[in-house]
Amino acid sequence: MTAVDVAGVWKYYGDFPALRDISLAAEAHTCLALLGRNGAGKTTLLRIVAGFQRAGRGQVRLFGRDPRDLATRRRIGVLGHGIAVYDELSALENLILFGQLYELEDPRRAAEEWLERTGLSRVRHGLVREFSRGMRQRLAIARVFLHHPDLLLLDEPFTALDDRAVAVLQRVLQDGLARGCTIVMSTHQIREAMELATHVVLLDRGRLRHAGARPPEMLADPGWLYSRYPDA
Amino acid sequence: MRSKLLYACGLLAALLLVRNLYVVLLQLPDDADQGAVYRIIFYHVPSWFTAGMAVLTALVASVAYLIRKDLWWDTLAVAATEIAVVFITIGLVTGSIWGRVAWGIWWTWDARLTSALVCWLLYAGYLVLRTAIEDPSARARISAVFSIFAFADIPIVWYSIEWFRTQHPAPVLRGEGYMDPQMKAALYANWPALMLLAAVLLAVRMRQEAARRELDGLRRQAHSL
Amino acid sequence: MIFLRHVLTVANKDLRSEFRTKEAINSSFSFALVILLLFSFAFDPTEEMTREFSGGLLWIAFAFAGALLLNRSFVRELPNDCLDALIASPVPAAALFLGKSLANLILLLLVEAVSFPVFGVFYNQRWTQQFWPLLLVAILGTWGFTVVGTMFSALTVNIRLREVMLPLLVYTTLLPCLMASMQLTTLLLAGEPLTSVEGLVWLRFLIAFDVIFSTLAVAFVETVLIG
Repeated sequence: MTAVDVAGVWKYYGDFPALRDISLAAEAHTCLALLGRNGAGKTTLLRIVAGFQRAGRGQVRLFGRDPRDLATRRRIGVLGHGIAVYDELSALENLILFGQLYELEDPRRAAEEWLERTGLSRVRHGLVREFSRGMRQRLAIARVFLHHPDLLLLDEPFTALDDRAVAVLQRVLQDGLARGCTIVMSTHQIREAMELATHVVLLDRGRLRHAGARPPEMLADPGWLYSRYPDA
Repeated sequence: MRSKLLYACGLLAALLLVRNLYVVLLQLPDDADQGAVYRIIFYHVPSWFTAGMAVLTALVASVAYLIRKDLWWDTLAVAATEIAVVFITIGLVTGSIWGRVAWGIWWTWDARLTSALVCWLLYAGYLVLRTAIEDPSARARISAVFSIFAFADIPIVWYSIEWFRTQHPAPVLRGEGYMDPQMKAALYANWPALMLLAAVLLAVRMRQEAARRELDGLRRQAHSL
Repeated sequence: MIFLRHVLTVANKDLRSEFRTKEAINSSFSFALVILLLFSFAFDPTEEMTREFSGGLLWIAFAFAGALLLNRSFVRELPNDCLDALIASPVPAAALFLGKSLANLILLLLVEAVSFPVFGVFYNQRWTQQFWPLLLVAILGTWGFTVVGTMFSALTVNIRLREVMLPLLVYTTLLPCLMASMQLTTLLLAGEPLTSVEGLVWLRFLIAFDVIFSTLAVAFVETVLIG
C-alpha cells in the first residue's frame, strides 16, 4: 500500500516554480527523509503533502485519497516549525481539545496517556505559556501522536529540541515505525534522522535530485549524499 | 503585431473621442434649462456604463481565477478593477461638478451617489488589499474572494440606501425626461469611444501586470540561486 | 451532528483562551464605553436628540469595539502556528469558521450587553421597553458583523498592515448591515414596534445580508485558508 504518492507536483509563487515536477512515493512502514539545503522546497513539499496548500499542477494522494479528505486527515499527524499548542490553555486542555477535534472516543484518557508518555503528567494543569521550551516541545510531540496517526509529516523535527525532547521523539517515532506508521520528514540533522530513515530524497532548488533507499554509507557518513551531489 | 493592434485601437479611441468632443461642443446647441453644463452628461453617463462593464469583468475574472487557478485571470481582474475605479471616479467627479452647477451643491447623500461612493470604496479597498500580499498566487486567490464579496455587496448597498433615502427625502436627481434624438445619438456615440479607451487601457495594464509578475518570478529565481 | 460538535469545540476553545487573558474583550469593553462617553461630551444631547440618533451611536460603538475583537480572532492562531494544526485536523474549514464566528458573536454580544445599560444611564433612556425585539436585532446585526468580520480576519491573517486593512474592508462591506441595525435600534428605542412597515423592511435587509454573507463565507473559507 502506497502511503504517500506525489505525482508530477509543481508549486508556483506567481511565475516562480518553487517545486518543479516532483514525483515520489513512500510505501507504508517506511521512513522517508527529505534532504536539501534551505530554500530547496522541503517545507513547501511537506505543506502540500499535508494539505496546507494546493499543488499548482500534479497531484498528491495519501492512502489513495486527497489530502483534504476528512478521512485522510484523521490518519495523518503533522509537526511543523511551530509547536501548534495554545499558550493560554493548560497541557491537558490542549490535548483534550485536539482529541475532540480528531473525534477520539475518550479524549481525556488519550490526553492523560500521552502526558504520561512525554513525562508531562505532573504539570498537566499548568498553562503552556509557563512551560519551558523543552516541555512545550514534548507537548507538541504528544499532540501529534495523540490520535495514533498512520502517516507522520514532520518538518525539521529535531531542530532546536533539547536532549530529553529528542529522546522522547526518537522513541515515539521508533514505536510508530514498529506499529506500521509511515514517516516523511525534512531534516538538516542527518545523523539523528538516518537511524530511522529507510529512504532518502534530495531536493535542490525545487527539483528532485535523488530518491531511493537509504545508502548504508550514510549511517557512518551523514554528508555522503551531499558529496555525491556537490552542487546541490 | 499585438502591439500594433493595440496602438491602432488606441488611435481609434482617440479619434472617436475627438470627433465626439467636436459634436458635443460645437454642433449641439445648449440645453433649454441647463445651458452649457448639460454637456457633461455625454461623459458622465457613458462613464458609469463603462464602470459597470469593468466591475462585471472583474467579477467574471475573479470567479474564473478561483476555478482555473490561471494567473492570466488575476491579471484581468486587477486591470478591470483599476479601470472600474478610474471610471467610477470620473463618474463621481463629473456628477459632482454637474450637481454644483445644476443644484448648487457638490454632494448629496442620494441613493445613486452614496452607492457609487460605496462601490468606489469597495474596489479601492480591493486595490489596497493587493498591495499588502507578497506572494502573487496568494494575492490572486485572496483578492478574488474579496472581489466576489464586494460584488455581492453592491445590490444590498443599493437597495438599502435607496430605501433609506425614500424615508429621508433628498433632492431628486432627474426624472425620465425627454431627450433630443441628436443628443441621444451623441450620448450613444460616446459610449463605444469610452469603452474602446477602457479596453486599450485594460490591455496596457494587463501587459504591465504580466511583466511585473514575470519580474517578480525572476527575482525569486535569482534569490534561489 | 459531528459538524455541530466541531463548531462548538472551536468556539469553546476561543472563548476559553479569551477569558483567560481577557486581552481583546477588555480593550473592546473600554473602547465601547469611551465612545459612549465621548459622544455625550461632543454633542451634549437632550433626551429628544438622543432618541433620534441612539441606534447610530450604539452601533458605531459596537462596530469599533468589534473590530478589536475580530483583529484577534485569527491572529490568536498565529503564535505557535496553531492555524496549521487546526487545518490539519479533520475539521471542515466551514466548521472552523463557524466556531470562530460563534465565539466572536458571543464576545461582541457581551460587550453590547454592558453597553446598553450604560447607554441607558448616561443618556437617560429607557431601553428595556422592547427588550426581546431589541435582542433579536442585536443578534442579527452582530451576526452579520461577525460573519463578515471573521471571514476578513481569515483573509487578512497573513498579510502586512493587517490592523489597517481589516477595518477598511470590513466597514465598507458591512454598510448595509450596520445601516439596518442602526435604523432598527433607533426605531425600537423610540418605542415603535418592530412590525411597523419601516421596521419590517429593515429587518428583511438585515436577514438578507446575514443569509447572503453567511453562505458566501461558508462557501469560500476553504479557498481562503487552503487555496
